[in-house]
Amino acid sequence: MAAEKMSIAKALNESLRKALETDPKVLIMGEDVGKLGGVFRITDGLQKDFGEDRVIDTPLAESGIVGTAIGLALRGYRPVVEIQFDGFVFPAYDQIVTQLAKMHARALGKVKMPVVVRIPYGGAIGAVEHHSESPEALFAHVAGLKVVSPSTASDAYWMLQQAIQSDDPVIFFEPKRRYWDKGEVDVEAIPDALHTSRVAKAGTDITLAAYGPMVKVCLEAAAAAAEEGKSVEVVDLRSMSPVDFDGLQRSVEKTRRLVVVHEAPVFLGVGSEIAARITERCFYHLEAPVLRVGGYHAPYPPARLEEEYLPGLDRVLDAVDRSLAY
Amino acid sequence: MTVESTAARKPRRSSGTKRAAGASTRKTAAAAQSAAEPQLVQLLTPEGDRVETADNAEFLPYVEDITAEDLRGLYRDMVLTRRFDSEATSLQRQGELGLWASLLGQEAAQIGSGRALRDDDYVFPTYREHGVAWCRGVDPTNLLGMFRGVNHGGWDPNSNNFHLYTIVIGSQTLHATGYAMGVAKDGADSAVIAYFGDGASSQGDVNEAFTFSAVYNAPVVFFCQNNQWAISEPTERQMRVPLYQRAAGFGFPGVRVDGNDVLACLAVTRWALERARRGEGPTLVEAFTYRMGAHTTSDDPTRYRRDEERAAWEAKDPIERLKAHLLASGDADEAFFAELEQESEKLGKRVREAVRSMPDPDTMAIFENVYADGHALVDEERAEFAAYLASFEEGH
Ligand SMILES: Cc1ncc(C[n+]2csc(CCOP(=O)(O)OP(=O)(O)O)c2C)c(N)n1
Ligand SMILES: [Mg+2]
Repeated sequence: MAAEKMSIAKALNESLRKALETDPKVLIMGEDVGKLGGVFRITDGLQKDFGEDRVIDTPLAESGIVGTAIGLALRGYRPVVEIQFDGFVFPAYDQIVTQLAKMHARALGKVKMPVVVRIPYGGAIGAVEHHSESPEALFAHVAGLKVVSPSTASDAYWMLQQAIQSDDPVIFFEPKRRYWDKGEVDVEAIPDALHTSRVAKAGTDITLAAYGPMVKVCLEAAAAAAEEGKSVEVVDLRSMSPVDFDGLQRSVEKTRRLVVVHEAPVFLGVGSEIAARITERCFYHLEAPVLRVGGYHAPYPPARLEEEYLPGLDRVLDAVDRSLAY
Repeated sequence: MTVESTAARKPRRSSGTKRAAGASTRKTAAAAQSAAEPQLVQLLTPEGDRVETADNAEFLPYVEDITAEDLRGLYRDMVLTRRFDSEATSLQRQGELGLWASLLGQEAAQIGSGRALRDDDYVFPTYREHGVAWCRGVDPTNLLGMFRGVNHGGWDPNSNNFHLYTIVIGSQTLHATGYAMGVAKDGADSAVIAYFGDGASSQGDVNEAFTFSAVYNAPVVFFCQNNQWAISEPTERQMRVPLYQRAAGFGFPGVRVDGNDVLACLAVTRWALERARRGEGPTLVEAFTYRMGAHTTSDDPTRYRRDEERAAWEAKDPIERLKAHLLASGDADEAFFAELEQESEKLGKRVREAVRSMPDPDTMAIFENVYADGHALVDEERAEFAAYLASFEEGH
């Protein structure tokens, strides 16, 4: 058996290592990814083993990082770029939205954009401003981009492999508060397809749909609800663009109730689209409106308030109760 | 009267029209210099000796009014700033702060430039300008709120003309430029100063700030503290020419000053501010210094730089240098240093107490000040959240 227990951070590191080993066109670029190994050490040791030509410390300029990654992709490389924190992707947003996302279409399919943009995201690490954002909807809203987020070490390993192999640009959101959570990784497994959801825990009374950092919270909520005799199914969406609506529909047709949970603000968040689509697809199955639990229409608060701001066990269970009360 | 109240005392000079002619020749001098060897304006050697050379002659008039009392004031500012900074580092280690970005080693750059400012000038800092904040009269304990996680910046920018700390690298240089454009439109003779780092000089925003300020001849001083590192990346990762020389390409002068020499930083910043006031537009000042500590308390510099480098810079310490000068010149006596030590102790105590008793914000503060004119969705979510919180009180 090739399965090994490791942290999400280590799984990402192993996945990058594997990609560098198997494809000479893969490059890693970002601020402090070299000697330091990234501020979260996701690229630890890679520059030492693969050299400065392949693991590249870039100038401090995010638009430059993504813009040059686009040029390198045009030249046949497969850049995997690291944005140091969620709040610092915005200088690159122009390049991502106006260039990276549209290049394939503008070239009538003649060029491909195999660029992965890795972004540690989300809160609960007690950080200062701009280090706890959940901007995934801002990318999922853009045609031409694919947007994913793993919640387990195994998915971290495999989804990053698949993202790097994808010929489309993938925005790869890493749940930074879960970096040190451990799980089994089988590097010889046959992984699920990148954009499919996964039933993380089966149940019959209600479905909780989440991705990234909130999957764990939903699993804890399911365990707590089980003590009260409620059977909660947890679906790990894994991909926010495209969303596996078929998989989610199967779950909701069974449980007849859905709550979507994410850290990002609820207003026009990924949950809003899911609520609309699932309502269209499952209208006659639903016993309750699709509910959403997430952040508020307010700037991410200072660290001392983040516990209250972020959806936790209580708020998820509250939504479960409200849904079941219909 | 708080212990810092004398910090408001600034070494001042009259608005040097007399020196205007001499100073304006600098423009061509600095521009012509573009491809030459790096210059370094220094007025005090690391050993504390005054330097007067042809190279720095142009800047000497800008500190000729500095008295022994002023020098002691600059020394006091640096010592108290360092004390505050080391106290904050300890408070982070004790878990009272979530993070701290130390200015250790950069005291002269910050105090020299900060003391060059007039009250009506406006400052746009990064996240490390604790010494400049001190010069502006911002209570140091106010700086700690954002690092403790109780707010995103605990002061009113307009009460000290000291803008909030900016974490997104480089953004503030454009704000400074816009503010300066406004000053010029108003016909005022105030100046604006934007702080940023060597790493920041790579950002698009910073280069756009250079462009705008040059095109509109904005009265702004770009004060770059080149502390040799942007987290783990040395300056070679950001540029292939000395940083100050980059100004030439944008059409304004750049000067490299010894960033560990408080007197030189004061002189060069005054010179640059005077240019701005006279309508001569932007200036880039590169304060050549060193980040003696880690990038922040989360950083581990042993992974990327060698101890010898730090040791070499330790010999150029900004505080020791001025102390040597004060002692050699007899401008300060033992009583002065002893008294300052006591004041420093007091400040440390006050900072510790202020942090430990800093209240957590009210939960509902999440929804405060999101909009100036209010917003229906915020109102709705605030009410829902309040009802949700109340449901717990009933339940228990
Ligand atoms: C847009 C943006 N990208 C990345 C970061 C993360 N970051 C914080 S400080 C820093 C290095 C800054 O270096 P420099 O400009 O030299 O200033 P110093 O910290 O040395 O004072 C980086 C990369 C950030 N804050 N903002
Ligand atoms: Mg720096």
